[in-house]
Amino acid sequence: MSTCCKLSFEQGGMNKELANFFKGLLEKDIVHALLVPVSTSTGMVRQTLVRSQDKLDTIDPFAPVVPVNGAKLVSSITAHPSGKKLGVLLRSCEMRALVELVKLKQADLSNVLLIGMDCYGRFENQNFTKVRGEGQTSEAFLASARQGTTAAGETDVAGACAICEFPSTDNVDLHLSLMGAEPGEMYIQGISDKGDQVLKILGLQTAKIPAKRTTVLEALIKERTKNRDQVLGAYRETTGSIPALSDYLSSCVNCYNCRVACPVCYCKECVFLTDTFRYTGDQFMDRSLFTGALTMPADTLFYHLTRISHIGTSCVGCGQCTSACPNGIDLMPIFRSAAEKIQERFDYQAGRSLEEPQPLSVFFDNEFTDVTGQVK
Amino acid sequence: MSEFEPKIVAFFCNWCTFTAADLAGTSRLSYPHNLKIIRVMCSGMVDPKYVLKAFLNGADGVLIGGCWPGDCHYINGNLKARRRVAMLTEVLRAYGIDEQRFWLRWIAASDGNMLQKIAKDMTEKLRAMGPSAVHAAQIAG
Repeated sequence: MSTCCKLSFEQGGMNKELANFFKGLLEKDIVHALLVPVSTSTGMVRQTLVRSQDKLDTIDPFAPVVPVNGAKLVSSITAHPSGKKLGVLLRSCEMRALVELVKLKQADLSNVLLIGMDCYGRFENQNFTKVRGEGQTSEAFLASARQGTTAAGETDVAGACAICEFPSTDNVDLHLSLMGAEPGEMYIQGISDKGDQVLKILGLQTAKIPAKRTTVLEALIKERTKNRDQVLGAYRETTGSIPALSDYLSSCVNCYNCRVACPVCYCKECVFLTDTFRYTGDQFMDRSLFTGALTMPADTLFYHLTRISHIGTSCVGCGQCTSACPNGIDLMPIFRSAAEKIQERFDYQAGRSLEEPQPLSVFFDNEFTDVTGQVK
Repeated sequence: MSEFEPKIVAFFCNWCTFTAADLAGTSRLSYPHNLKIIRVMCSGMVDPKYVLKAFLNGADGVLIGGCWPGDCHYINGNLKARRRVAMLTEVLRAYGIDEQRFWLRWIAASDGNMLQKIAKDMTEKLRAMGPSAVHAAQIAG
């Protein structure tokens, strides 16, 4: 639980050093495959399932982009297990979502080596491509973020990241830690026994994690928490009624991209695609008669409120919903603000622990008596 | 102008609350006609979507009636309903539909009087509160 190793590198050499680390995992047969971010020929960085060491040459784990929440990818690989050992590198939002999927039995961690990392945030995909085009490297981004600026010119990280109070990743076996380290240094912490074992097999030089890491993390969490309260507070203030929510969602066209991008939207078949919502002409006519007018396509508000009630206990605030919206609706505050209240009510935090049961999966005799207010 | 009459969608469990409504009827206990009763097999089968749909389509209140804890015909459906209602209350409250409009109550099969009382209480409360804000706008469904 305490092994820690240090990677040192020259400026511009971080990814090479990381590639060697990950190659070691494959070489020593610690894992058969790795799910890690690899740079493509266009400069985009994609999570990639790597089996062969030479494909790790273009690895770029700290590139500030997350095209898809990795929890969904781990779920797709492990829900029907292959028997092969898989190593995955996940940011906090991805790991927390994965914890929720494991509880929903939509992912299986029995053959998975979990590697977490420090995260200053991610750019939206288009912004990432733009910033990369302007020549920013992952190391340059980290250097600037370390000084307190995640923005590159006009472009800053996603709104969800600016209010994320989980810059490091819990519940993993190994953790790639940069915060509190000097430039040119990275620490690989063994968090679980399994992680310690891996570090021992790799035979890396052990080191001590810098003491100031705790202070650096605490300061960042404090700042992010302040941002969170401000953003969610502003959202609640302007969107406190059904008509206001309807206005907020007025450019929604029911494409359901937010649902596809959401890592914890768990239904195998979405009810909004079933016959239940295939109305007859008569039904449309009746409904439009009630209010005098019916915005089409119908059920926009119904869809979003249903999604809140489905994922409210599991939402980790990754912001992929906002990223996926083709019409630029900032959906993240809708889900995060509701999730905050719901999770508070059940004294639950999505992704905190594999042991905590999901609030709607258990029930007890004498609880929530305030709901009915009745005493026998 | 006539007095505002709230529309209340009531989901009553077949075994307790609906039976209590039946009993109230046969006992000639009258209760407000504002309640539009939908009989369900258990309070535990009231999907949050039913409640959302009711509010979005103009209900001023939603009442879910179930058996007292320990009396559920399906052993624990009502306990599941209670957690679900707690969750949904948080969602609705954030958008201006608070606990006063959304009730879960335990009403035993033998308690027609309780049914009458709760129906009257809820109707009076909503009458005083006025229409739900959903009426105020053209809602995108």
